[in-house]
Amino acid sequence: MILVWLMLILFVGGIGAWLAESRGAEHPRAVALGAILLDLFLVIMMLVAPEAIGLSPDTVAQLGQNGDWLVLMQADWIPRFGVSFIFGVDGLSLLLVALTVFLGLVSLGAAWGEIKERSGFFYFNLLWTLAGVIGVFTALDLFLFFFFWEVMLIPMYFIIAIWGHENKEYASMKFFIFTQVSGLLMLLCILVLVFLHYQNTGVVTFNYFRLLGTELPAGLGMLLMLGFFAAFATKLPAVPIHNWLPDAHSQAPTAGSVILAGILLKTGAYGLIRFTVPLFPEASMTFAPVGMALGVIGILYAAKVAFGQNDLKRLIAYTSISHMGFVLVGVYSWNAQAMQGAIMTMLAHGLSASALFMVAGGIQHRIHTRDMDKMGGFWGAAPQLSFMALFFTVAAVGLPGLGNFIGEFLVLLGAFQVSVTQAAFATLGLVVAAVYSLIVIQKVFHGKNKNHYELADLSAMEFICFALMMVGLVWMGMYPQTMLDMAEPTLRSLNVTFP
Amino acid sequence: MSADALIDLLQIIFLTVTTVVVMVTAGFKRDHGLINALTQAGLIGSLLIFVFIKPITPLQVTPLLLIDEYSLFFSALCIIAGIAVTALAYPYFERHNEKNEEFYILLLLGVIGGVVLSSSSHFASLFIGMEMIGISLYAMLAYPVHSNKVAKYPLEAAIKYLVMAGVAVGVLLFGMALIYVATGSLSFDQLALPADATQADQLYVLIGFMMVVAGIAFKLSLFPFHMWTPDVYEGAPVPVTTFLSTLSKAAMAAAALRLLIAAEAFDYPQLTVAMSLLAAASMIFGNLLALMQSSVKRMLAYSSIAHMGYLLVVVIAAAAVPGNLSAESMTYYMTAYFLMSIASFGVVSALSNSGKEMDSISEYQGLFWRNTWLGTVMALTLLSLAGIPLTAGFIGKFYIFTTGVEGQLWFLLAMLILGSAIGLYYYLRLIYVMMLPVRDDLKDDPAARLPMGANLTLAAMIAAIIYLGVYPTQFIETLQSLAGAF
Repeated sequence: MILVWLMLILFVGGIGAWLAESRGAEHPRAVALGAILLDLFLVIMMLVAPEAIGLSPDTVAQLGQNGDWLVLMQADWIPRFGVSFIFGVDGLSLLLVALTVFLGLVSLGAAWGEIKERSGFFYFNLLWTLAGVIGVFTALDLFLFFFFWEVMLIPMYFIIAIWGHENKEYASMKFFIFTQVSGLLMLLCILVLVFLHYQNTGVVTFNYFRLLGTELPAGLGMLLMLGFFAAFATKLPAVPIHNWLPDAHSQAPTAGSVILAGILLKTGAYGLIRFTVPLFPEASMTFAPVGMALGVIGILYAAKVAFGQNDLKRLIAYTSISHMGFVLVGVYSWNAQAMQGAIMTMLAHGLSASALFMVAGGIQHRIHTRDMDKMGGFWGAAPQLSFMALFFTVAAVGLPGLGNFIGEFLVLLGAFQVSVTQAAFATLGLVVAAVYSLIVIQKVFHGKNKNHYELADLSAMEFICFALMMVGLVWMGMYPQTMLDMAEPTLRSLNVTFP
Repeated sequence: MSADALIDLLQIIFLTVTTVVVMVTAGFKRDHGLINALTQAGLIGSLLIFVFIKPITPLQVTPLLLIDEYSLFFSALCIIAGIAVTALAYPYFERHNEKNEEFYILLLLGVIGGVVLSSSSHFASLFIGMEMIGISLYAMLAYPVHSNKVAKYPLEAAIKYLVMAGVAVGVLLFGMALIYVATGSLSFDQLALPADATQADQLYVLIGFMMVVAGIAFKLSLFPFHMWTPDVYEGAPVPVTTFLSTLSKAAMAAAALRLLIAAEAFDYPQLTVAMSLLAAASMIFGNLLALMQSSVKRMLAYSSIAHMGYLLVVVIAAAAVPGNLSAESMTYYMTAYFLMSIASFGVVSALSNSGKEMDSISEYQGLFWRNTWLGTVMALTLLSLAGIPLTAGFIGKFYIFTTGVEGQLWFLLAMLILGSAIGLYYYLRLIYVMMLPVRDDLKDDPAARLPMGANLTLAAMIAAIIYLGVYPTQFIETLQSLAGAF
């Protein structure tokens, strides 16, 4: 039940925030803060003291699963189609749920001073997006999963469409259509999979555990795998279906960018790890070199394009695509190091990219432009902000000692065992990353403040958010074992061989 | 005729009596409020009558009507459409027309037609039902609209519908005649040819079915028989548009599926191919043309063409899957579409009155903030039309996908995905416009004083859309039981 509570608190909190607006513009954010803090408390309890909130191995339901599931629950929903509520977390899900709630708090901090208009509806959408994402990370029924996959989409669309910047209509529409169409493809593939399973066994079910190991005709298996891949690769995003992302990011309000970069992209990677590869192991094996190649191309291509941007947010958006390329390479290398690396990259990138978008959003909020050519010399004007920018930039580049380094290093280590060439090209990405990152620091924070912008430095709220994310990244960099240990049982249950 | 048959006919009898009472009352006292209330009471009474008196099902009542759960379900839909339109028509016509009372007589006649059509098991009753709806619509469509800009539209719409429907009915009748020549029967379940039928007979029946399908496609406004749809939807007063897009489609679809399955029409692969083409073209062109509209009513008209295309997919699937799955899916989708139609046109109707129609998309700017209630209803309905989870539209689309996968209709499913993708764009565009900041010249709340009945109707529709989207289990059980007849 605890998982349902996590979502219910957010759903109800969202409605509460909307209703609270009539009492004053300040009320919604307080309600939202309360809901997220409550969720954070529950997640921390799940992490450190599961017994205290009634989680014990006995609560694990018998669903024919393997691996260590911390929490599982099942209830019927639409028996006609064998659809049921199955929620579960294992190490991987729990890590991502924790990331979601944590970044939810950060995005609230980002919105705190920025969203003044129609704040009730904004926080409603914010909380519902988070609830949808938690659903995606915990749903183990394919119908339920698809359901949440779409539920997180609509509120995000509203966030971009209502509170976005100058080109929001185009960006929000593009975001929605890309995700929705690829989602429909996935739905079709889910249904075909269920139908095949029904033909083999005579049981109609969307239960993930039952569908694992469905025997598929070779050609059809490949097609179905590609359908799943298309949906997840769009969300990740992988080149060549990435181009909704720069628009969506640059037009979204800061809080929206934080959620998009920090959490929503991770749902794509999660889907690949949890669904695409385990459901279609053979087809994925055949497809792996292509998947890796797409990842490598993504790393290099997006880095190159990032270098050419004038728009600060677009630049960061392209770096996101580049970093997500590492995740793709990691997933399709499918060995212990690479998978651990992919998961670490997901977590670390969640923090570093969110922080960078907060920097960019903060600058835009202060000077009303994202054009880097107009910027310069901000270090003198806002030293704290600039320091944060530098810290998270070098984190993203992969400075040893911070989380991103661990992730990318492990990915490369794993990929090297599979294909030396691909790993070598992927490594080039690290070099290019340094180039595009340093250009940001040079253009924006060094040099002369040509237009004499006066920037207020960080507010207390922003400072807290940045500080929290710094702690997170340092932890991941210095003692990644915490996360690696949590992810390991999941990976073992997915038949990743550990040395 | 036995007592059982009379009990099963109670609904139709009740509606007929209501019609007479309303007509006589209107002759003595012209009072819009009174007639509206009488009509509403009669419709609600006929809807609830079977709650108190259990009908005997299934029962063939005369050779013409087959009363079973399936027909009762669609009859109920028709009556609910009548109730909703009655509720919406009152604020729309009040204060603008002096002679509104006849409208309700026509409405009641149309509802009876819908009930007859839903229960038909014979070409004669099919024809009677269709014509009762059609003839009352000719007059309802022409009901005057008191807005200078569009005052000439209703007449144009009515004439257009009259001419086109006349042709369609002619084609349909000719088709029936051809089938009759070969089979010697008009009853749905006696239209299948014996295995040793001559080639000429087979040809007659095939051509006959093609013509019947064309006539039905006209009523369902499937491409390329859709030409009348946008003009009629746009020109008619909004409550009539609501009536046209719900009752006449639901009843027609119900009868069509019954006819095609009972007559084993799917034994003719040519017919399946022709219907597949209709479905694919409707999905693609309906959605494409909807993209280009600046009028909400026209947009919804084209979107209805697309939705009927989606619906046709499950009908075609009946060629390959068991008839009860097809009937179950069709009924679910029709119900979902029915609710969405009433809700969306209901919002347009609530925002409009006979003196001023709110139709241009740009007028909807900021609706979400000007009237949050109507804005929310409209936004949720559009999301449902787009097939987004938490709404009935999603489960409906899921049904179509399931049935299509089971029938292995890959081409149609691909068209469905493509059509839905295009559809997203125009639904979202309207939602986007509604969410934009309020324009200075459109500040006031356009529907500040909406009567209880209209609000209740919208609330009921939106509650049903959400309920069917979140917890459809109970409803599905009902559908499974009523689809058992196939």
